[in-house]
Amino acid sequence: MSFHPQMDYAGAHQRSMRAQPTDDGQPFEYTPENRVRFEEIARRYPPEQRRSAILPALYLVQRQRGFITLNAIQHVAQVIGCTAAEVEDVVSFYTMFYTRPMGRYVLQVCRTLSCALLGAERVTEELSAALGIGVGETDAKGTFSLLEVECLGACDRAPVVMVNDAWHECLAPEAARALVEALKARGEDAVSGCVHKVEK
Amino acid sequence: MDPVLIRYVREPNSFTLDFYLQRRQGYEGLRKALAQTPEQVIEAVKASGLRGRGGAGFPTGMKWQFIDKKTNKPRYIACNADESEPGTFKDHLLMERNPHLLIEGCLIGCYAIGAKVAYIYIRGEFHHVQLVLERAIEEAYKAGYIGRNILGTGFDCDVYIHRGAGAYEAGEETALLESLEGKRAQPRLKPPFPATWGLYGCPTAVNNVETLCNVPLILLHGVEWYTALGPEKNGGPKLYCVSGHVARPGVYEATMKTTLRELIEVHAGGVRDGRTLKAVIPGGSSVPILLPHQLDVQASFDGIAKAGSLLGSAAIIVLDDSTCMVWLALNLLHFYRHESCGKCTPCREGTDWLFKILLKVERGDGDERDIALLENVAGLITGKTLCAFGDAAATPVLTTLQHFKEEYIAHVQQGRCPLVAPWRAGPVPAIASH
Repeated sequence: MSFHPQMDYAGAHQRSMRAQPTDDGQPFEYTPENRVRFEEIARRYPPEQRRSAILPALYLVQRQRGFITLNAIQHVAQVIGCTAAEVEDVVSFYTMFYTRPMGRYVLQVCRTLSCALLGAERVTEELSAALGIGVGETDAKGTFSLLEVECLGACDRAPVVMVNDAWHECLAPEAARALVEALKARGEDAVSGCVHKVEK
Repeated sequence: MDPVLIRYVREPNSFTLDFYLQRRQGYEGLRKALAQTPEQVIEAVKASGLRGRGGAGFPTGMKWQFIDKKTNKPRYIACNADESEPGTFKDHLLMERNPHLLIEGCLIGCYAIGAKVAYIYIRGEFHHVQLVLERAIEEAYKAGYIGRNILGTGFDCDVYIHRGAGAYEAGEETALLESLEGKRAQPRLKPPFPATWGLYGCPTAVNNVETLCNVPLILLHGVEWYTALGPEKNGGPKLYCVSGHVARPGVYEATMKTTLRELIEVHAGGVRDGRTLKAVIPGGSSVPILLPHQLDVQASFDGIAKAGSLLGSAAIIVLDDSTCMVWLALNLLHFYRHESCGKCTPCREGTDWLFKILLKVERGDGDERDIALLENVAGLITGKTLCAFGDAAATPVLTTLQHFKEEYIAHVQQGRCPLVAPWRAGPVPAIASH
């Protein structure tokens, strides 16, 4: 974000749509399984470097809670033995940590050059129209969220849309609406996955 | 030449240990390395002339030699699997279909520099790739290729995966180390270089996936075989990522004797839909553009440098005549503005300004002064930041201004974008100010 007086702060093209982590009023603690899983991961790093496990710790939170809350940040800090500020510092930097509730299916359209050359901008338009939400929004039922994302590294299979953790490749703008319908009907099975996987 | 790195990638189960052992002489390179001294391994990698495949093309053997061997601190290999330069998708293929080659490369690297741990820093969006890698690592542990007393030689080594969380900047080597330490992915001041002060302040070698995948081949087939594959100082097999307006986008393996034109016209089938070629970005979004008459050069580090651009990560993005170059710069600056880590003021502020001025010009609201301002702001970023990101971000603006200034002027004169291709979205939405 620019700090120049002539710069626009609230406009549609602001770099960051990220919100501050919210206090949802609910306490957070890892489930016993996640706590065990965390300690397994933390052992990959030297004992005096537990802070290295912040990223994996936050992924565990996100899988358990759906997004990162203030209480979760406190909990991660406690488990790792660092300050909450250090955890929040990380949460606010990386785009894959959500600080607000997201839809069951998070659709992320790759918008960078190679995908854009093959119609990614139109894919976003079509998805937005089909879902009735804009980029950065979640529908009222909490089923879909629509985001734009920078280069996913699948430029040979452009345009690519990430659906939660999976890829849907070669999505022509004309097929975008059909993908939404297929997701509604068949869930994540509707996602094409990565073409490299020849063992279907 | 027959592909070496990606030869079997389309065969079922080519990612398994069994396949790797039976069809690819798997872990034979490691066996040969462990029969030599670490110094001999480094010498072999040096003699092969292997140059880093991540973008900079720095000789890998030298990088390993710079590792401080006298210290009693632990040493580390950090494998850069953050592949996020726009247009690059080669490491993805290697890891998903040939993961044991990378693991073997990590192990040989660790042996050479005296490390006991290798971390593979994989970008968060590669979750499906990570699952394959995790499975491969588990297999290798069980078979005794990773762990204690590897192949009975007394060599101990662990290989761990560290998942990133969406940050282009984490591909910069010192930012990657910061991210591994559980911090924001922001670059460090260099020197000290990672070879002396890397992960946790210990000597660390940061190597790209494709680079490490080349190492077992050098040990297995020998230095002479390796150097003979390419032109001088550009030896070995190379993966090229061709994307954009071509008939067959994909990863192609060739030697660096191949020309850019061959890669685009023969391998990738040329420009699609009978359109004509307008320009090529030969090495990822952060390198200067080449024009159609400049493509008869070797697609090597030195060949493309001679033509006035860079091989970078060998990401060849092909643009046909429906591409508006102001739109292209705008698209890439949206990327750089989003991904700037914010540490250095020229880059953080400059990318924001460049984006907003480009948006104004693309929408047809710009005037001549804006074009001059673009050049001015870009010039204020280059060479004034801690890492190469700043220069990379300014390049799309400077290179399009250099070769396609008339398109900028046409936007200003006509008050609109004269070349809105059907693959683009409707009008660019207005912003509050400007």
